Amino acid sequence: MTQLSEFHSIQALGEALRTRRVSAAELAADALRAAREYADPNIFLHIDDALTLEQARAADQALAAGSAGPLTGIPVAHKDLFVTRGWRTTAASKMLAGYVSPFDAAVVDRWREAGTVSLGKLSCDEFAMGSGNENSAFGPVRNPWDPERIPGGSSGGSAAAVAAGLVLGATGTDTGGSVRQPAALCGVSGIKPTYGTVSRYGIIAYASSLDQAGPLARSARDLVPLLDAMSGFDPRDSTSLETCDGAANAPGRVQAAFDAAQAGFQAGGERPLSGLRIGVPREFFNEGLSADVGAAVEAALQVFESLGAVRVDVSLPRTRLSIPAYYVIAPAEASSNLSRYDGVRYGHRAAEYTDLFDMTSRSRSEGFGDEVRRRILVGSYVLSHGYYDAYYLQAQRVRRMIADDFRRVLAQDCDVIMGPVTPAVARRIGDNRQDPIADWLGDIYTLGVSLAGLPGMSIPCGFGGESGRMPIGLQLIGRYFDEGRLLALADRYQQATDWHQRIPGHA
Amino acid sequence: MDWEIVIGLETHTQLSTRSKIFSRSSTRFGAEPNTQANAVDMALPGSLPAMNRGAVERAIQFGLAVGARVAERSVFARKNYFYPDLPKNYQISQFELPIVVGGKLSFFVGEQERTVNLTRAHLEEDAGKSLHEHFTGPHGESSSGIDLNRAGTPLLEIVSEPEMRSAAEAVAYARTLHGLVVWLGICDGNMQEGSFRVDANVSVRPRGQTEFGTRCEIKNLNSFRFLERAIQYEARRQIELIEDGGKVVQETRLYDADRDETRSMRSKEDSHDYRYFPDPDLPPLVVAPEWIERVRQEMPELPAAKRARFEADLGLSAYDAAQLTLHRAMADYFEAAAAALPAGQAKQAANWILGELSAALNRDDLDISRSPVSPKQLAALIARILDGTISTKIARDVFAAMWAGESDGDPDAIIESRGLRQISDTGAIEAMIDEVLAANPAIVEEYRAGKQKAFNSLVGQVMKAAKGKANPQQVNTVLKQKLDS
Repeated sequence: MTQLSEFHSIQALGEALRTRRVSAAELAADALRAAREYADPNIFLHIDDALTLEQARAADQALAAGSAGPLTGIPVAHKDLFVTRGWRTTAASKMLAGYVSPFDAAVVDRWREAGTVSLGKLSCDEFAMGSGNENSAFGPVRNPWDPERIPGGSSGGSAAAVAAGLVLGATGTDTGGSVRQPAALCGVSGIKPTYGTVSRYGIIAYASSLDQAGPLARSARDLVPLLDAMSGFDPRDSTSLETCDGAANAPGRVQAAFDAAQAGFQAGGERPLSGLRIGVPREFFNEGLSADVGAAVEAALQVFESLGAVRVDVSLPRTRLSIPAYYVIAPAEASSNLSRYDGVRYGHRAAEYTDLFDMTSRSRSEGFGDEVRRRILVGSYVLSHGYYDAYYLQAQRVRRMIADDFRRVLAQDCDVIMGPVTPAVARRIGDNRQDPIADWLGDIYTLGVSLAGLPGMSIPCGFGGESGRMPIGLQLIGRYFDEGRLLALADRYQQATDWHQRIPGHA
Repeated sequence: MDWEIVIGLETHTQLSTRSKIFSRSSTRFGAEPNTQANAVDMALPGSLPAMNRGAVERAIQFGLAVGARVAERSVFARKNYFYPDLPKNYQISQFELPIVVGGKLSFFVGEQERTVNLTRAHLEEDAGKSLHEHFTGPHGESSSGIDLNRAGTPLLEIVSEPEMRSAAEAVAYARTLHGLVVWLGICDGNMQEGSFRVDANVSVRPRGQTEFGTRCEIKNLNSFRFLERAIQYEARRQIELIEDGGKVVQETRLYDADRDETRSMRSKEDSHDYRYFPDPDLPPLVVAPEWIERVRQEMPELPAAKRARFEADLGLSAYDAAQLTLHRAMADYFEAAAAALPAGQAKQAANWILGELSAALNRDDLDISRSPVSPKQLAALIARILDGTISTKIARDVFAAMWAGESDGDPDAIIESRGLRQISDTGAIEAMIDEVLAANPAIVEEYRAGKQKAFNSLVGQVMKAAKGKANPQQVNTVLKQKLDS
């Protein structure tokens, strides 16, 4: 029987599928078996063989008909924040336990149309709130590199599934770092595209002005078709963009930009990145950064320099303010977005209650976990009469200033910004249980990109921690709509390094 | 003490779009519960709102019609509160930056013209309905239900300045506003179905005082009669309360039509903190000048323009012109009737429409669009008065016959078949007068002695002899000649 684990890239597996050396159905059956047998039962929240195999058969038909694309038959899975017909969608919350959506998220639709075969739904932090995947109502996910440690979050299941080789691609969402941070902590590649390039229709909303879907995979090269297929204008999402810098926001845009950038690098020969200015924000290398992460990032920057790029010292002076700004804006939006979960139409309803309002109140108290309740409380507070100006409006002002800082640096000083994704490698499960704010502070390097709506990605760049076996990520931040070029840059780095090829247990 | 009543109105007009303001489901009234609610209306996880441009265009039309500023950039906000028939538990509404700013509305209260300034008009979505009565749950038990068919129906909330000073004025304002939105075709105006609902803010103050008294808001008045009575009751209640040494508490009240009184619903203290903030799912609504221009060109002639034209070109009084332009159907009726009459006679059509025709419509509770007498027929009737075929008095009888459908409403046929043609033959009139004079020598004596009343009595006798058909002017002239000769 064919094993998914024999293939380490979408391109390699795609070739095997298109030459009919393997069938999508066989592969799917093996992948389902592997997913079930995997040591961490919490990665997947719902698997349904029949649904997966049906998609695999459709893929085989397309392969047989010669109408297959680069993603046809590729086993993937979706973060449980994307609603799906068939598979249950819970946002990893007791509030939505057992919920089945009557429609598919736009991203799920697009990946299915591109021929991917979904294995099911992946765990995450409840309603995408968290950075350790410990906030799932259905149990924590373990880091494939060390089962005692978190995989990061909120797209922790997605990163872990890719790192464990259970899928070759997974969807994630990134509101303040939820794709980039788990990608970094699990040693995989992940990208959060420019806000507005991927439809939010069908993503269970956490913070609408920040939420953006993005793929996770083994390499930048694998991310290209995955991101390309999921992006595109959607009239159902009013924040979705029709054009990106003049180019139509449609599948093909990212691939074309990647190809163009790659061709440009090719022309550079020995020094493909000649002339590229990499901005290194000094605020990303503050006292909070652990030595191992700092060293790995430094080494990665030297690799880029060896490829011809030059390093520029830049400043993002309001980096520190991104934490309070984010933790006002995101909870404010969340408090309102999550008010629809009231036990009236769907979702958890308390067994006993005295009247309607008691029903809603009890249902919500029972259905939501601690972190979700914490953010709803914070959000309700900062929107309250008398506090709105001091907190919410002030946070919006800071947000604009942070975005201006990024824009200015990317317009004047450099072509791309690079730095760490996280201050440290993955911590142990349970470590911050008494101190939720510690996790919030850990988001310092990823929040600004989200607040500015810029594209950002994470690629593996080394290992650290006490064991020296925990992955470290390098963050790349581009100008608006720069996804294709970012991916091409990351691909150049990955051609020169092999961090992305390391597999847990074999590091 | 002499009290002044201060009234401001907030009117929720349901816009006449076929689909909802943020979703594609139908807005049709009266469907089976929850058959017109999709994922967006039910606030299912992952659903998002998308703006209905038709609703925006209707708001633009309204803004243009009242001479307001149509904001180039307006913002949708979320009004957060928990209620079972509000599926998202927030309402999308415009808060700080509405689409329509300012504007004014002019109308008559009796014979007096008034102009009320508008504060704003903003777009928002309606909520669903809670069904408490006659509702059974899935197991036949008595229960409460939610019908989300109405959830997401587009509303334009039109807010007036607190410039009205009587219930009659508030009603006149509301009627004019109602006429206008129906005129524009942006609202079907059906008040029973809730397409036009009024909230009244009422306060009182001693006449001459400049600052406002504490106001109460009376919610959801869905008929002009209720609006009038609720304001009257509420003003009386507040005055009595203050005169008895009490204080008005700011609160929301409901009008109970059965008991003709307002009752407290909730006070300001337990009013919600709505935690308004801009809806991050909807970018600011940008209305480019070209869009406004396109909407302007597609609009019908506005009541104000028509009214001015009726005064200037057709010689109507300001009052008549205003009355005739309250409703588009009536204005259309008038124009059709006037067009069928000789130039300069439009005033006659106005008199008949505002008099006889309106009375008949009211009596039979008919809209003018369903009048059994067509504008052409009415004009034909008026023409018979003008050419002396019948008197105005006889014309009323003919009109009644036309209304009843006699001779297919053809006034000439009715005049002929009933033999109502006016007697204008001088010989015939002279003969009748001679007979009357001969039969009433005493009255003739009285007249000659200088009693003017005697003359009227003789005219009456002649008209009676002529069964009302004699041309009254001719009767007057000939009688005078005979008596004074």
